[in-house]
Amino acid sequence: MKSWPIIRPYVMIAPALIVFLLFFIYPIYYMVYLSLHSWDFISPTKDFVGLSNFQQLLNSSEFAKVLSNTLVYTFGTVVFSITLALFLALWLNRSTRIHRLAQTAVFSPYIISLASIALLWLWMMDPDFGLLNWLLSLVGIPKQPWLTDQNTALFSLILVAVWKGVGFNTLVFIAGLQSIPKDLYEAADLDQSPKWRTFYKITLPMLTPTLFFLVVTNVIVSFQVFDTVHIMTLGGPVNSTNTLVFNIYMHGFRFFNIGYASAVGVILLILLAIMTWLYFRLLSKRVHYQ
Amino acid sequence: MKLLNYLLKGLNWVLLLTVILIFIFPFFWMITTAFKSFSETMMFPPKWIPDQWLWQNFVDAWQSGPFLHYYINSITVTVSILVLQFLTVIPASYAFARYRFKGDRFLFALIMITLMIPAQLIFLPVYLQMSSWGLIDSLASLIIPFASSAFGIFLIRQAFKQVPNELIEAARLDQASEWKIMWKIMVPYAKPTIITFALFSFITHWNDYFWPLVMTNSELSRTLPVGIARLRDIDSGASWNLVMAGNMLLVVPILVIFFLAQRHIIKAFVYTGVK
Repeated sequence: MKSWPIIRPYVMIAPALIVFLLFFIYPIYYMVYLSLHSWDFISPTKDFVGLSNFQQLLNSSEFAKVLSNTLVYTFGTVVFSITLALFLALWLNRSTRIHRLAQTAVFSPYIISLASIALLWLWMMDPDFGLLNWLLSLVGIPKQPWLTDQNTALFSLILVAVWKGVGFNTLVFIAGLQSIPKDLYEAADLDQSPKWRTFYKITLPMLTPTLFFLVVTNVIVSFQVFDTVHIMTLGGPVNSTNTLVFNIYMHGFRFFNIGYASAVGVILLILLAIMTWLYFRLLSKRVHYQ
Repeated sequence: MKLLNYLLKGLNWVLLLTVILIFIFPFFWMITTAFKSFSETMMFPPKWIPDQWLWQNFVDAWQSGPFLHYYINSITVTVSILVLQFLTVIPASYAFARYRFKGDRFLFALIMITLMIPAQLIFLPVYLQMSSWGLIDSLASLIIPFASSAFGIFLIRQAFKQVPNELIEAARLDQASEWKIMWKIMVPYAKPTIITFALFSFITHWNDYFWPLVMTNSELSRTLPVGIARLRDIDSGASWNLVMAGNMLLVVPILVIFFLAQRHIIKAFVYTGVK
Protein backbone atom coordinates (compact mmCIF):
# COMPACT_ATOMS: atom_id res chain seq x y z
CA MET A 1 0.00 0.00 0.00
CA LYS A 2 2.98 2.28 0.60
CA SER A 3 4.01 2.26 -3.02
CA TRP A 4 0.54 3.30 -4.19
CA PRO A 5 1.18 7.07 -4.09
CA ILE A 6 4.22 6.49 -6.29
CA ILE A 7 2.39 4.37 -8.85
CA ARG A 8 -0.83 6.37 -8.73
CA PRO A 9 0.05 9.13 -11.25
CA TYR A 10 1.20 6.56 -13.78
CA VAL A 11 -2.02 4.62 -13.39
CA MET A 12 -4.00 7.81 -13.94
CA ILE A 13 -2.10 8.64 -17.10
CA ALA A 14 -1.94 5.10 -18.45
CA PRO A 15 -5.30 4.93 -20.30
CA ALA A 16 -4.65 8.16 -22.17
CA LEU A 17 -1.03 7.25 -22.82
CA ILE A 18 -1.92 3.85 -24.28
CA VAL A 19 -4.25 5.53 -26.78
CA PHE A 20 -1.56 7.98 -27.88
CA LEU A 21 1.13 5.35 -28.15
CA LEU A 22 -1.05 2.94 -30.13
CA PHE A 23 -2.71 5.39 -32.49
CA PHE A 24 -0.33 8.31 -32.85
CA ILE A 25 3.26 7.44 -31.89
CA TYR A 26 3.52 3.84 -33.09
CA PRO A 27 1.88 4.56 -36.49
CA ILE A 28 4.60 7.11 -37.21
CA TYR A 29 7.26 4.43 -36.68
CA TYR A 30 5.21 1.92 -38.69
CA MET A 31 4.80 4.40 -41.56
CA VAL A 32 8.57 4.99 -41.78
CA TYR A 33 9.08 1.21 -41.67
CA LEU A 34 6.57 0.65 -44.48
CA SER A 35 8.14 3.38 -46.60
CA LEU A 36 11.29 1.25 -46.77
CA HIS A 37 9.37 -1.81 -47.94
CA SER A 38 7.38 -2.94 -50.90
CA TRP A 39 3.95 -4.34 -50.08
CA ASP A 40 0.65 -4.73 -51.89
CA PHE A 41 -1.46 -5.25 -48.74
CA ILE A 42 -2.34 -8.84 -49.69
CA SER A 43 0.96 -10.69 -50.00
CA PRO A 44 2.16 -12.22 -46.71
CA THR A 45 5.66 -10.72 -46.90
CA LYS A 46 6.88 -7.17 -46.97
CA ASP A 47 10.10 -6.93 -48.98
CA PHE A 48 12.76 -4.54 -47.78
CA VAL A 49 13.64 -2.21 -50.65
CA GLY A 50 15.68 0.48 -48.92
CA LEU A 51 15.08 3.95 -50.29
CA SER A 52 13.76 2.83 -53.65
CA ASN A 53 10.25 4.10 -52.88
CA PHE A 54 11.73 7.53 -52.33
CA GLN A 55 13.79 7.23 -55.49
CA GLN A 56 10.68 6.35 -57.44
CA LEU A 57 8.82 9.25 -55.87
CA LEU A 58 11.50 11.82 -56.57
CA ASN A 59 11.68 10.72 -60.20
CA SER A 60 7.94 10.81 -60.67
CA SER A 61 6.40 13.74 -62.49
CA GLU A 62 3.11 12.97 -60.73
CA PHE A 63 4.71 13.49 -57.33
CA ALA A 64 6.30 16.76 -58.47
CA LYS A 65 2.81 17.92 -59.50
CA VAL A 66 1.29 16.73 -56.21
CA LEU A 67 3.90 18.54 -54.16
CA SER A 68 3.61 21.73 -56.16
CA ASN A 69 -0.21 21.59 -55.96
CA THR A 70 -0.03 21.25 -52.19
CA LEU A 71 2.44 24.12 -51.86
CA VAL A 72 0.50 26.42 -54.21
CA TYR A 73 -2.74 25.58 -52.41
CA THR A 74 -1.13 26.22 -49.03
CA PHE A 75 0.49 29.46 -50.11
CA GLY A 76 -2.69 30.75 -51.74
CA THR A 77 -4.97 29.79 -48.88
CA VAL A 78 -2.74 31.14 -46.14
CA VAL A 79 -1.91 34.45 -47.84
CA PHE A 80 -5.52 35.18 -48.88
CA SER A 81 -7.09 34.03 -45.67
CA ILE A 82 -4.74 35.83 -43.30
CA THR A 83 -4.60 39.11 -45.21
CA LEU A 84 -8.37 39.18 -45.49
CA ALA A 85 -8.76 38.23 -41.83
CA LEU A 86 -6.46 41.05 -40.72
CA PHE A 87 -8.56 43.61 -42.61
CA LEU A 88 -11.80 42.13 -41.31
CA ALA A 89 -10.49 42.10 -37.75
CA LEU A 90 -9.42 45.74 -37.82
CA TRP A 91 -12.78 46.67 -39.27
CA LEU A 92 -15.09 44.45 -37.22
CA ASN A 93 -13.38 44.93 -33.86
CA ARG A 94 -16.25 46.98 -32.42
CA SER A 95 -18.96 45.98 -30.03
CA THR A 96 -22.01 47.40 -31.82
CA ARG A 97 -24.68 44.91 -32.75
CA ILE A 98 -24.07 44.86 -36.46
CA HIS A 99 -20.33 44.41 -36.03
CA ARG A 100 -20.93 41.49 -33.70
CA LEU A 101 -23.42 40.01 -36.11
CA ALA A 102 -20.83 40.29 -38.86
CA GLN A 103 -18.26 38.55 -36.63
CA THR A 104 -20.66 35.67 -36.02
CA ALA A 105 -21.60 35.43 -39.70
CA VAL A 106 -17.99 35.34 -40.83
CA PHE A 107 -17.20 32.65 -38.26
CA SER A 108 -20.23 30.41 -38.89
CA PRO A 109 -18.79 28.32 -41.79
CA TYR A 110 -15.92 27.30 -39.53
CA ILE A 111 -18.06 25.03 -37.37
CA ILE A 112 -19.88 23.38 -40.30
CA SER A 113 -18.60 20.07 -41.60
CA LEU A 114 -16.17 20.53 -44.47
CA ALA A 115 -18.09 17.75 -46.25
CA SER A 116 -21.24 19.91 -46.19
CA ILE A 117 -19.37 22.95 -47.36
CA ALA A 118 -17.71 21.03 -50.16
CA LEU A 119 -21.13 19.82 -51.38
CA LEU A 120 -22.63 23.29 -51.07
CA TRP A 121 -19.81 24.91 -53.05
CA LEU A 122 -19.80 22.13 -55.59
CA TRP A 123 -23.38 23.16 -56.28
CA MET A 124 -22.62 26.88 -56.22
CA MET A 125 -19.75 26.30 -58.66
CA ASP A 126 -21.92 24.28 -61.04
CA PRO A 127 -20.90 25.62 -64.47
CA ASP A 128 -24.46 25.64 -65.85
CA PHE A 129 -26.82 26.47 -62.99
CA GLY A 130 -24.54 27.55 -60.17
CA LEU A 131 -24.89 30.64 -58.04
CA LEU A 132 -21.37 31.90 -58.75
CA ASN A 133 -21.81 32.00 -62.50
CA TRP A 134 -25.09 33.83 -62.01
CA LEU A 135 -23.28 36.44 -59.90
CA LEU A 136 -20.63 36.79 -62.60
CA SER A 137 -23.33 37.16 -65.25
CA LEU A 138 -24.69 40.16 -63.32
CA VAL A 139 -21.48 42.05 -64.00
CA GLY A 140 -21.17 40.71 -67.54
CA ILE A 141 -18.46 38.11 -66.96
CA PRO A 142 -18.98 34.90 -68.98
CA LYS A 143 -19.58 31.56 -67.23
CA GLN A 144 -16.49 30.07 -65.64
CA PRO A 145 -15.69 26.35 -65.52
CA TRP A 146 -14.51 26.54 -61.85
CA LEU A 147 -13.71 22.98 -60.78
CA THR A 148 -13.96 21.43 -64.22
CA ASP A 149 -10.96 23.14 -65.78
CA GLN A 150 -7.39 22.41 -64.80
CA ASN A 151 -6.48 26.10 -64.80
CA THR A 152 -9.15 27.14 -62.31
CA ALA A 153 -9.77 24.02 -60.20
CA LEU A 154 -7.02 24.54 -57.61
CA PHE A 155 -7.95 28.21 -57.28
CA SER A 156 -11.57 27.17 -56.69
CA LEU A 157 -10.48 24.91 -53.83
CA ILE A 158 -8.50 27.80 -52.35
CA LEU A 159 -11.61 29.96 -52.51
CA VAL A 160 -13.62 27.38 -50.54
CA ALA A 161 -10.87 27.04 -47.93
CA VAL A 162 -10.66 30.82 -47.49
CA TRP A 163 -14.43 31.12 -47.12
CA LYS A 164 -14.46 28.41 -44.46
CA GLY A 165 -11.39 29.47 -42.52
CA VAL A 166 -11.23 33.26 -42.66
CA GLY A 167 -13.69 33.66 -39.78
CA PHE A 168 -11.50 31.71 -37.39
CA ASN A 169 -8.49 33.81 -38.32
CA THR A 170 -10.51 37.00 -37.96
CA LEU A 171 -11.67 36.16 -34.44
CA VAL A 172 -8.16 35.16 -33.39
CA PHE A 173 -6.89 38.52 -34.70
CA ILE A 174 -9.68 40.30 -32.83
CA ALA A 175 -8.67 38.50 -29.63
CA GLY A 176 -5.11 39.62 -30.33
CA LEU A 177 -6.21 43.22 -30.90
CA GLN A 178 -8.16 43.25 -27.67
CA SER A 179 -5.16 42.08 -25.67
CA ILE A 180 -3.09 45.11 -26.72
CA PRO A 181 -2.89 47.41 -23.68
CA LYS A 182 -5.14 50.46 -24.12
CA ASP A 183 -2.59 52.88 -22.65
CA LEU A 184 -0.33 52.34 -25.67
CA TYR A 185 -3.06 53.86 -27.85
CA GLU A 186 -3.70 56.65 -25.36
CA ALA A 187 -0.03 57.54 -25.46
CA ALA A 188 -0.11 57.57 -29.25
CA ASP A 189 -3.16 59.82 -29.16
CA LEU A 190 -1.40 62.23 -26.83
CA ASP A 191 1.49 62.38 -29.28
CA GLN A 192 -1.07 63.07 -32.03
CA SER A 193 0.37 60.18 -33.98
CA PRO A 194 -1.47 59.71 -37.29
CA LYS A 195 -3.59 56.57 -37.60
CA TRP A 196 -1.40 54.73 -40.10
CA ARG A 197 1.61 55.40 -37.90
CA THR A 198 -0.12 54.02 -34.82
CA PHE A 199 -0.95 50.95 -36.89
CA TYR A 200 2.64 50.40 -38.02
CA LYS A 201 4.29 51.28 -34.73
CA ILE A 202 1.88 49.74 -32.23
CA THR A 203 -0.82 47.49 -33.68
CA LEU A 204 1.27 45.51 -36.14
CA PRO A 205 4.24 44.77 -33.84
CA MET A 206 1.90 43.82 -30.98
CA LEU A 207 0.01 41.56 -33.35
CA THR A 208 3.11 39.78 -34.67
CA PRO A 209 2.92 36.80 -32.28
CA THR A 210 -0.74 36.25 -33.28
CA LEU A 211 0.21 36.56 -36.93
CA PHE A 212 2.96 33.94 -36.61
CA PHE A 213 0.66 31.63 -34.70
CA LEU A 214 -1.94 31.89 -37.45
CA VAL A 215 0.52 31.45 -40.30
CA VAL A 216 1.93 28.26 -38.79
CA THR A 217 -1.40 26.69 -37.85
CA ASN A 218 -2.94 27.63 -41.22
CA VAL A 219 0.00 26.16 -43.11
CA ILE A 220 -0.25 22.92 -41.11
CA VAL A 221 -3.99 22.62 -41.81
CA SER A 222 -3.57 23.43 -45.51
CA PHE A 223 -0.90 20.75 -45.95
CA GLN A 224 -3.55 18.21 -44.94
CA VAL A 225 -6.23 19.24 -47.42
CA PHE A 226 -8.31 16.23 -48.42
CA ASP A 227 -12.08 16.52 -47.91
CA THR A 228 -12.69 19.17 -50.56
CA VAL A 229 -10.43 17.35 -53.03
CA HIS A 230 -12.21 14.05 -52.46
CA ILE A 231 -15.71 15.48 -52.74
CA MET A 232 -15.23 18.21 -55.33
CA THR A 233 -12.56 17.13 -57.80
CA LEU A 234 -11.10 13.68 -57.01
CA GLY A 235 -7.70 15.21 -57.77
CA GLY A 236 -8.65 16.21 -61.29
CA PRO A 237 -8.91 17.46 -63.90
CA VAL A 238 -5.62 15.88 -65.01
CA ASN A 239 -4.07 15.85 -61.54
CA SER A 240 -4.46 19.62 -61.21
CA THR A 241 -5.84 19.27 -57.66
CA ASN A 242 -4.05 16.10 -56.58
CA THR A 243 -2.54 16.88 -53.18
CA LEU A 244 -0.30 15.01 -50.74
CA VAL A 245 -2.96 13.42 -48.53
CA PHE A 246 -5.16 12.59 -51.51
CA ASN A 247 -2.15 11.02 -53.18
CA ILE A 248 -1.43 8.86 -50.12
CA TYR A 249 -5.08 7.82 -50.12
CA MET A 250 -5.06 6.85 -53.81
CA HIS A 251 -1.80 4.92 -53.69
CA GLY A 252 -2.75 3.21 -50.43
CA PHE A 253 -6.41 2.40 -50.99
CA ARG A 254 -6.81 2.33 -54.76
CA PHE A 255 -3.49 1.07 -56.10
CA PHE A 256 -2.45 -0.90 -52.97
CA ASN A 257 1.03 0.47 -53.26
CA ILE A 258 1.56 0.69 -49.50
CA GLY A 259 5.30 1.34 -49.59
CA TYR A 260 5.03 4.21 -52.03
CA ALA A 261 2.04 5.73 -50.19
CA SER A 262 4.00 5.57 -46.94
CA ALA A 263 6.95 7.28 -48.60
CA VAL A 264 4.65 10.17 -49.57
CA GLY A 265 3.49 10.12 -45.94
CA VAL A 266 7.07 10.48 -44.75
CA ILE A 267 7.49 13.56 -46.97
CA LEU A 268 4.35 15.05 -45.40
CA LEU A 269 5.73 14.14 -41.97
CA ILE A 270 8.93 16.05 -42.74
CA LEU A 271 6.97 19.11 -43.92
CA LEU A 272 4.83 19.04 -40.76
CA ALA A 273 7.89 18.54 -38.56
CA ILE A 274 9.55 21.63 -40.05
CA MET A 275 6.42 23.68 -39.35
CA THR A 276 6.16 22.31 -35.81
CA TRP A 277 9.79 23.09 -35.14
CA LEU A 278 9.24 26.64 -36.44
CA TYR A 279 6.18 26.93 -34.24
CA PHE A 280 8.04 25.99 -31.08
CA ARG A 281 10.91 28.32 -31.92
CA LEU A 282 8.45 31.17 -32.35
CA LEU A 283 6.66 30.15 -29.18
CA SER A 284 9.88 30.44 -27.18
CA LYS A 285 10.56 33.82 -28.79
CA ARG A 286 7.07 34.92 -27.89
CA VAL A 287 7.92 34.41 -24.24
CA HIS A 288 10.93 36.67 -24.67
CA TYR A 289 8.74 39.49 -25.96
CA GLN A 290 6.72 39.62 -22.77
CA MET B 1 -18.10 67.47 -43.01
CA LYS B 2 -21.27 66.18 -41.42
CA LEU B 3 -22.57 64.97 -44.78
CA LEU B 4 -19.30 63.15 -45.42
CA ASN B 5 -19.65 61.50 -42.02
CA TYR B 6 -23.13 60.24 -42.85
CA LEU B 7 -21.93 59.00 -46.22
CA LEU B 8 -19.07 57.08 -44.63
CA LYS B 9 -21.41 55.61 -42.07
CA GLY B 10 -23.81 54.55 -44.79
CA LEU B 11 -20.99 53.01 -46.82
CA ASN B 12 -19.79 51.16 -43.75
CA TRP B 13 -23.27 49.70 -43.29
CA VAL B 14 -23.54 48.64 -46.90
CA LEU B 15 -20.14 46.93 -46.72
CA LEU B 16 -21.04 45.24 -43.44
CA LEU B 17 -24.24 43.87 -44.93
CA THR B 18 -22.31 42.65 -47.97
CA VAL B 19 -19.87 40.76 -45.76
CA ILE B 20 -22.73 39.22 -43.79
CA LEU B 21 -24.43 38.19 -47.05
CA ILE B 22 -21.28 36.57 -48.41
CA PHE B 23 -21.20 34.25 -45.42
CA ILE B 24 -24.92 33.71 -44.84
CA PHE B 25 -26.31 33.61 -48.36
CA PRO B 26 -24.78 30.22 -49.28
CA PHE B 27 -26.73 28.72 -46.36
CA PHE B 28 -29.92 30.36 -47.61
CA TRP B 29 -29.13 28.95 -51.05
CA MET B 30 -28.71 25.50 -49.50
CA ILE B 31 -32.10 25.74 -47.78
CA THR B 32 -34.09 26.94 -50.79
CA THR B 33 -32.41 24.37 -53.04
CA ALA B 34 -33.41 21.66 -50.60
CA PHE B 35 -37.08 22.56 -51.14
CA LYS B 36 -37.01 22.97 -54.92
CA SER B 37 -38.30 20.58 -57.50
CA PHE B 38 -35.70 18.97 -59.76
CA SER B 39 -36.59 21.18 -62.72
CA GLU B 40 -36.35 24.31 -60.56
CA THR B 41 -32.68 23.50 -59.83
CA MET B 42 -32.05 23.51 -63.57
CA MET B 43 -32.83 27.14 -64.21
CA PHE B 44 -30.58 29.98 -65.17
CA PRO B 45 -30.94 32.63 -63.84
CA PRO B 46 -31.74 30.66 -60.70
CA LYS B 47 -35.14 30.57 -59.06
CA TRP B 48 -34.81 31.99 -55.56
CA ILE B 49 -38.00 30.77 -53.95
CA PRO B 50 -39.51 27.46 -55.04
CA ASP B 51 -43.12 27.51 -56.27
CA GLN B 52 -43.92 24.75 -53.87
CA TRP B 53 -41.91 23.93 -50.78
CA LEU B 54 -41.25 20.25 -51.33
CA TRP B 55 -40.85 18.57 -47.95
CA GLN B 56 -40.93 15.38 -49.96
CA ASN B 57 -37.25 16.01 -50.85
CA PHE B 58 -36.26 15.21 -47.29
CA VAL B 59 -38.20 11.97 -47.39
CA ASP B 60 -36.61 11.06 -50.73
CA ALA B 61 -33.12 11.92 -49.51
CA TRP B 62 -33.69 9.97 -46.30
CA GLN B 63 -34.90 6.93 -48.21
CA SER B 64 -32.11 6.96 -50.78
CA GLY B 65 -29.73 5.39 -48.28
CA PRO B 66 -29.72 3.92 -44.78
CA PHE B 67 -29.91 7.35 -43.18
CA LEU B 68 -31.29 6.08 -39.91
CA HIS B 69 -28.12 4.00 -39.62
CA TYR B 70 -25.94 6.97 -40.49
CA TYR B 71 -27.64 9.07 -37.82
CA ILE B 72 -27.42 6.36 -35.16
CA ASN B 73 -23.78 5.73 -36.07
CA SER B 74 -22.90 9.43 -35.92
CA ILE B 75 -24.52 9.79 -32.51
CA THR B 76 -22.99 6.56 -31.18
CA VAL B 77 -19.52 7.55 -32.34
CA THR B 78 -19.56 11.12 -31.05
CA VAL B 79 -21.12 10.21 -27.70
CA SER B 80 -18.76 7.27 -27.14
CA ILE B 81 -15.77 9.45 -27.95
CA LEU B 82 -16.98 12.10 -25.49
CA VAL B 83 -17.51 9.58 -22.68
CA LEU B 84 -14.16 7.86 -23.23
CA GLN B 85 -12.33 11.17 -23.46
CA PHE B 86 -13.96 12.26 -20.22
CA LEU B 87 -12.75 9.07 -18.51
CA THR B 88 -9.17 9.21 -19.81
CA VAL B 89 -8.53 12.95 -19.98
CA ILE B 90 -9.63 13.91 -16.48
CA PRO B 91 -7.42 11.52 -14.48
CA ALA B 92 -4.45 12.28 -16.73
CA SER B 93 -5.00 16.04 -16.38
CA TYR B 94 -5.27 15.64 -12.62
CA ALA B 95 -2.01 13.71 -12.45
CA PHE B 96 -0.15 16.25 -14.59
CA ALA B 97 -1.61 19.21 -12.73
CA ARG B 98 -1.20 18.01 -9.16
CA TYR B 99 1.55 15.39 -8.84
CA ARG B 100 5.28 15.51 -9.35
CA PHE B 101 6.62 12.16 -10.49
CA LYS B 102 9.57 10.73 -12.31
CA GLY B 103 9.29 11.39 -16.04
CA ASP B 104 6.29 13.70 -15.74
CA ARG B 105 7.75 16.32 -18.06
CA PHE B 106 8.80 13.76 -20.62
CA LEU B 107 5.40 12.07 -20.61
CA PHE B 108 3.61 15.40 -20.92
CA ALA B 109 5.83 16.44 -23.82
CA LEU B 110 5.23 13.08 -25.49
CA ILE B 111 1.47 13.59 -25.27
CA MET B 112 1.70 17.19 -26.52
CA ILE B 113 3.68 16.04 -29.56
CA THR B 114 0.68 14.02 -30.68
CA LEU B 115 -1.18 17.34 -31.05
CA MET B 116 1.03 17.86 -34.08
CA ILE B 117 0.20 14.46 -35.63
CA PRO B 118 -2.99 14.84 -37.69
CA ALA B 119 -5.22 11.91 -38.64
CA GLN B 120 -4.47 12.77 -42.28
CA LEU B 121 -0.84 11.76 -41.74
CA ILE B 122 -1.22 8.42 -40.00
CA PHE B 123 -4.43 6.98 -41.42
CA LEU B 124 -2.67 4.41 -43.58
CA PRO B 125 -0.61 2.72 -40.81
CA VAL B 126 -3.59 2.94 -38.43
CA TYR B 127 -5.80 1.34 -41.08
CA LEU B 128 -3.33 -1.52 -41.47
CA GLN B 129 -3.17 -1.96 -37.68
CA MET B 130 -6.95 -1.98 -37.46
CA SER B 131 -7.22 -4.50 -40.26
CA SER B 132 -4.78 -6.84 -38.52
CA TRP B 133 -7.01 -6.62 -35.46
CA GLY B 134 -10.09 -7.26 -37.57
CA LEU B 135 -11.58 -3.91 -36.66
CA ILE B 136 -11.96 -2.39 -40.12
CA ASP B 137 -15.46 -1.29 -40.98
CA SER B 138 -16.52 -1.28 -37.33
CA LEU B 139 -17.66 1.60 -35.16
CA ALA B 140 -14.77 0.71 -32.85
CA SER B 141 -12.29 1.83 -35.51
CA LEU B 142 -13.99 5.24 -35.48
CA ILE B 143 -14.01 5.53 -31.70
CA ILE B 144 -10.88 4.03 -30.09
CA PRO B 145 -8.24 6.17 -31.82
CA PHE B 146 -9.97 9.21 -30.30
CA ALA B 147 -10.59 7.71 -26.87
CA SER B 148 -8.28 10.34 -25.44
CA SER B 149 -7.34 13.87 -26.45
CA ALA B 150 -4.05 15.68 -26.06
CA PHE B 151 -5.82 18.99 -26.54
CA GLY B 152 -8.21 18.07 -23.73
CA ILE B 153 -5.38 17.17 -21.40
CA PHE B 154 -3.68 20.44 -22.22
CA LEU B 155 -6.81 22.51 -21.50
CA ILE B 156 -8.09 20.71 -18.44
CA ARG B 157 -4.68 20.39 -16.79
CA GLN B 158 -4.49 24.18 -17.11
CA ALA B 159 -7.87 24.53 -15.39
CA PHE B 160 -6.97 22.02 -12.64
CA LYS B 161 -3.84 23.99 -11.85
CA GLN B 162 -6.01 26.95 -10.98
CA VAL B 163 -7.93 25.18 -8.24
CA PRO B 164 -6.85 26.84 -4.95
CA ASN B 165 -4.58 24.66 -2.85
CA GLU B 166 -6.57 25.39 0.32
CA LEU B 167 -9.60 23.71 -1.18
CA ILE B 168 -7.67 20.49 -1.71
CA GLU B 169 -5.86 20.65 1.64
CA ALA B 170 -9.16 21.09 3.43
CA ALA B 171 -10.61 18.08 1.63
CA ARG B 172 -7.54 16.00 2.50
CA LEU B 173 -7.93 16.99 6.17
CA ASP B 174 -11.47 15.67 5.92
CA GLN B 175 -9.97 12.35 4.81
CA ALA B 176 -11.40 12.65 1.32
CA SER B 177 -9.82 10.19 -1.08
CA GLU B 178 -7.91 11.49 -4.10
CA TRP B 179 -10.59 9.91 -6.28
CA LYS B 180 -13.26 11.89 -4.49
CA ILE B 181 -11.23 15.11 -4.67
CA MET B 182 -10.87 14.67 -8.39
CA TRP B 183 -14.56 14.15 -9.13
CA LYS B 184 -16.16 16.26 -6.37
CA ILE B 185 -13.81 19.26 -6.22
CA MET B 186 -11.65 19.49 -9.33
CA VAL B 187 -14.24 18.57 -11.94
CA PRO B 188 -16.94 20.99 -10.69
CA TYR B 189 -14.32 23.71 -10.41
CA ALA B 190 -13.16 23.18 -13.98
CA LYS B 191 -16.68 22.77 -15.35
CA PRO B 192 -16.59 25.72 -17.81
CA THR B 193 -13.37 24.42 -19.36
CA ILE B 194 -14.74 20.89 -19.52
CA ILE B 195 -17.91 22.09 -21.27
CA THR B 196 -15.83 24.14 -23.68
CA PHE B 197 -13.74 21.12 -24.50
CA ALA B 198 -16.79 18.86 -24.83
CA LEU B 199 -18.36 21.26 -27.37
CA PHE B 200 -15.13 21.39 -29.33
CA SER B 201 -14.80 17.62 -29.35
CA PHE B 202 -18.45 16.98 -30.21
CA ILE B 203 -18.48 19.36 -33.17
CA THR B 204 -15.14 18.12 -34.47
CA HIS B 205 -16.17 14.46 -34.51
CA TRP B 206 -19.74 15.07 -35.67
CA ASN B 207 -18.33 16.93 -38.68
CA ASP B 208 -15.54 14.49 -39.43
CA TYR B 209 -15.60 13.17 -42.98
CA PHE B 210 -12.07 11.90 -43.39
CA TRP B 211 -11.73 9.24 -40.70
CA PRO B 212 -15.02 7.39 -41.29
CA LEU B 213 -14.40 7.55 -45.05
CA VAL B 214 -11.06 5.84 -44.64
CA MET B 215 -11.99 3.28 -41.98
CA THR B 216 -15.36 2.08 -43.21
CA ASN B 217 -16.45 0.48 -46.44
CA SER B 218 -20.00 -0.71 -45.89
CA GLU B 219 -23.19 1.29 -45.52
CA LEU B 220 -23.90 -0.04 -42.06
CA SER B 221 -20.87 1.49 -40.35
CA ARG B 222 -20.76 4.83 -42.16
CA THR B 223 -21.54 8.09 -40.45
CA LEU B 224 -23.64 11.01 -41.62
CA PRO B 225 -20.99 13.13 -43.42
CA VAL B 226 -19.86 10.17 -45.54
CA GLY B 227 -23.44 9.10 -46.20
CA ILE B 228 -24.43 12.55 -47.36
CA ALA B 229 -21.46 12.96 -49.64
CA ARG B 230 -22.54 9.70 -51.28
CA LEU B 231 -25.95 11.19 -52.18
CA ARG B 232 -24.15 12.98 -54.97
CA ASP B 233 -22.61 9.77 -56.35
CA ILE B 234 -25.86 7.83 -56.25
CA ASP B 235 -27.68 10.48 -58.19
CA SER B 236 -24.71 11.09 -60.49
CA GLY B 237 -24.48 14.74 -59.52
CA ALA B 238 -27.78 15.82 -60.96
CA SER B 239 -30.31 16.03 -58.10
CA TRP B 240 -28.98 18.99 -56.21
CA ASN B 241 -32.27 19.43 -54.38
CA LEU B 242 -31.86 16.01 -52.75
CA VAL B 243 -28.17 16.52 -52.01
CA MET B 244 -28.94 19.82 -50.28
CA ALA B 245 -31.84 18.25 -48.36
CA GLY B 246 -29.44 15.59 -47.11
CA ASN B 247 -26.89 18.27 -46.37
CA MET B 248 -29.37 20.04 -44.11
CA LEU B 249 -29.73 16.89 -42.01
CA LEU B 250 -26.05 17.25 -41.15
CA VAL B 251 -25.82 21.02 -40.82
CA VAL B 252 -29.00 21.89 -38.93
CA PRO B 253 -28.09 20.19 -35.61
CA ILE B 254 -24.77 22.04 -35.55
CA LEU B 255 -26.37 25.39 -36.45
CA VAL B 256 -28.94 24.91 -33.67
CA ILE B 257 -26.18 24.20 -31.14
CA PHE B 258 -24.27 27.19 -32.49
CA PHE B 259 -27.18 29.54 -31.93
CA LEU B 260 -27.87 28.17 -28.46
CA ALA B 261 -24.29 28.25 -27.23
CA GLN B 262 -22.65 30.77 -29.52
CA ARG B 263 -20.32 32.28 -26.96
CA HIS B 264 -19.21 28.94 -25.59
CA ILE B 265 -18.51 27.63 -29.07
CA ILE B 266 -16.56 30.66 -30.21
CA LYS B 267 -14.57 30.39 -27.00
CA ALA B 268 -14.04 26.67 -27.58
CA PHE B 269 -12.63 27.14 -31.06
CA VAL B 270 -10.94 30.50 -30.91
CA TYR B 271 -9.75 31.59 -27.51
CA THR B 272 -8.62 28.21 -26.26
CA GLY B 273 -6.60 27.85 -29.41
CA VAL B 274 -4.76 31.07 -28.76
CA LYS B 275 -3.88 30.72 -25.12
